[in-house]
Amino acid sequence: MSEQADKLELTPDSFKRVGANDTDAQEKISAPSLTFFQDAIRRLKQNKAAIISFWLLAIIILISIVSIWWTPSDPNAQHVAYANLPPKIGNGIPGFTGQANVGGQLVDKYAQANVPKGTYYILGTDYLGRDLFSRLMKGIALSLLIGMLATLFDLMIGVPYGIISGWRGGHTDTIMQRIIEIISSIPNLVVVILMLLLFTPGLGSIVVAMGITGWITMARLIRAETLTLKTQEYVLAARTIGESPFKIATKHLIPNLSSTIIIQTMFSIPTAIFFEAFLSFIGIGIPAPNASLGTLLSDGQKTFRFLPYQMWYPAAAISIIMIAFNLLADGLRDAFDPKTNN
Amino acid sequence: MGKYILKRVGYMILTLFIIATATFFLMKLMPGSPYANQAKMTTEQINIMNHQYGLDKPTFQQYLIYLGGLLHGDLGTSFQFNNQPVSYLIASRIGPSMQIGLQAIILGTLLGILLGAIAAIRKNSWVDTVATFFAIIGRSIPNFVFAVLLQFFLAFKLHLFPIALWEGFTSSILPTIALAMAPLATTARFMRTEMVDVLNSDYIELARAKGNTPWQTVAKHALRNSLIPVVTIIGPMAVDLMVGSMVVENIFSIPGIGDQFVKSITTNDYSTIMGLTMLYSTMLVVVILIVDILYGLIDPRIRLSGSEGSQS
Repeated sequence: MSEQADKLELTPDSFKRVGANDTDAQEKISAPSLTFFQDAIRRLKQNKAAIISFWLLAIIILISIVSIWWTPSDPNAQHVAYANLPPKIGNGIPGFTGQANVGGQLVDKYAQANVPKGTYYILGTDYLGRDLFSRLMKGIALSLLIGMLATLFDLMIGVPYGIISGWRGGHTDTIMQRIIEIISSIPNLVVVILMLLLFTPGLGSIVVAMGITGWITMARLIRAETLTLKTQEYVLAARTIGESPFKIATKHLIPNLSSTIIIQTMFSIPTAIFFEAFLSFIGIGIPAPNASLGTLLSDGQKTFRFLPYQMWYPAAAISIIMIAFNLLADGLRDAFDPKTNN
Repeated sequence: MGKYILKRVGYMILTLFIIATATFFLMKLMPGSPYANQAKMTTEQINIMNHQYGLDKPTFQQYLIYLGGLLHGDLGTSFQFNNQPVSYLIASRIGPSMQIGLQAIILGTLLGILLGAIAAIRKNSWVDTVATFFAIIGRSIPNFVFAVLLQFFLAFKLHLFPIALWEGFTSSILPTIALAMAPLATTARFMRTEMVDVLNSDYIELARAKGNTPWQTVAKHALRNSLIPVVTIIGPMAVDLMVGSMVVENIFSIPGIGDQFVKSITTNDYSTIMGLTMLYSTMLVVVILIVDILYGLIDPRIRLSGSEGSQS
C-alpha cells in the first residue's frame, strides 16, 4: 500500500473542484419531487398482480361500454329453434366445435337445429335460444354498473356522515355512532331482502337496498380518520382564520381522506357485485329477461350437469372480475400505506 | 366487566326490539297476498281466513300480539307450509344448517390458522405464495360458484360424494367445503399479518435468545399472541356463513333454514320471513356479543379500553 502511494505522482491537475462551496447546487434535488399520489402510483407500478388486474379491469370495462351500443346479436331475442346450442367459432376450433356429447356420441347440434352455415354462437345459446356471448357482455356491464352505483351511494352517505360525526364530536358523535351501531347489528342481508320485497325488484331497488346498509364501513373509517385529521396544525390554522366548516371539509379533510376513500371504494365494488349475483341467484335480483352475472349463473346452474358451458363462462367472468378488483384493491392499499405491508 | 356485559346485553335487547318492529311494519307494507289463489276465494272466505290468522284486527293490536308472542318464542303460523307454527318449522330444520355451519367454521378457521402461520414463518417463500393465492381465491370467488363446481366435479363426474339431499354425514362434506372457503381465506390472511407482526416483536427475540427451538418459539409464544385478534373476525365470518348457507343449501337441496328462507321469500310467506329474520338477527347479535366478551376475557388490555371506547 505504502509502496504504491510512493509511486503515485500527484499534481494539482489531478484534482478537480466539485463545487462544494456552491450551495445552490448542493441544495438542488436531482430527482423530481413526487406528490403523495405520484409516489403511491410509483409503488403500485411495482406490484405486478395489481397492474395486470388494472389492465384486465380496463379491458372488461371497455367491453361493457361497447355493449351499450353493440352486441353480436340482441341479448334478449329468442330463437327457440336454436335453443341450447354449444359454443362454436367459425368452422370449429377445439372446444368451440358446436358439437355435443349425446349418449356417448358426438353430435353436431348446429346441423341438427338447421342453423344456416355462416351463423355461429361463440359461447352457445341458452334454453330460449338467446346468444350467450351477447348476454354475458350485457350481464358484465349491468353487474359493474350496479357495483359502481352502490359504491357511489356509499360515498354519498358514508363520507359526509363520517366527517360530520368525527368533526362535531360530543353528543352529535355519540348519537350518530349509536345509530350506526344499531344499523350494523341488523344483518345487512336481512335489510336488503326486506327492501327488495317491499320495492319491485330491479336495478334501482337493488342499488338502494345495498346502499342503505353499505355505507356503514365507509362512515366508520372516515370518522376515525377525521378524528386524527382534526388535530392537525393546518386544520387548526384554517379554523383560526375563520374558514367555514364546509370549506374545511372540502378543502382540507377530503383531499387527505382520499386514499382511505379510494381503497374502501375498491373493496366495496366487488362486494356489491357479489351481492347482486347472490340476490339474482336466489331469485330476487334483476328481473327477467335482462341479464346480469347473477341471473346468468343461476340459469346456468339449473342445466349445469348437462350443458356445463352455460355456467362456465359467467362463472369464469365473475371470478376474474372479483379477483382482479381484490388484487387491485390490495395493491392500492399497500401503495397508499407502505407501512402496513411487511 | 359485569357492568360492561350488562350494558351490552341492554343494547342487544334494544336492537332486537328495533329489528322486530321494523320487520313487522315492513311486512305490513308488503304488496301481495299471503293466500295462494286469492282471486278464486269469495269475500267471506277471505274474511274467515283473515280472522283465523288475526289479520282482521287493527295493525297496532297485531303488533302487540306479535311482540307478546315473540317473548314466548311464538313466531306465528306459516301461511304456506301446511299451517305449521314457524317455531316448529325452524326447530325441524335448524339441525342440518347448524351442523354445516359449525363444520365449515371449524374447518375454515383451523386450516386458515395453519396456512396463515406457515405463510408468516416462511415469509416470501413458495408456501407464502401458495397461501396468498388461496386466500385471494377464497375471498374472491363466490361460494355458490364453489358449491356448483364441487357438485359437478366431485359428485357428478367422480361420484365421490352424494350430489344433493341430506342423508347423513357424507352429504354434509361438499356443502361444508364450499362454505369453509371464505372463512379459510379470511383467517389465513388475518393470521399471516398478525403472525408477521408478532414474529418481529421483542419477546420473540427474547424467546429465541433463551435458546428455544424455532418450533417451541412459534408454538408457545408466537401462535398464542397472534390468535387473540383472530377471535374478532369470527363475528363477521358467522354472518357471511349465514348468507352463504342460503344458496349453498339451495344448491345441495339441504332441508335447512337457509333453504327455507329462500322458499319463504318466493312464496310471500310473511310470518316465516319475519320469524327467520328474527332468528338470523338474534344469532348475529349474540355471536357478536359473545365474541366481544371473549375478547375482553382473553386480553385484559382490551377490556379497559374497550369499555371506554364504546362510550365515545
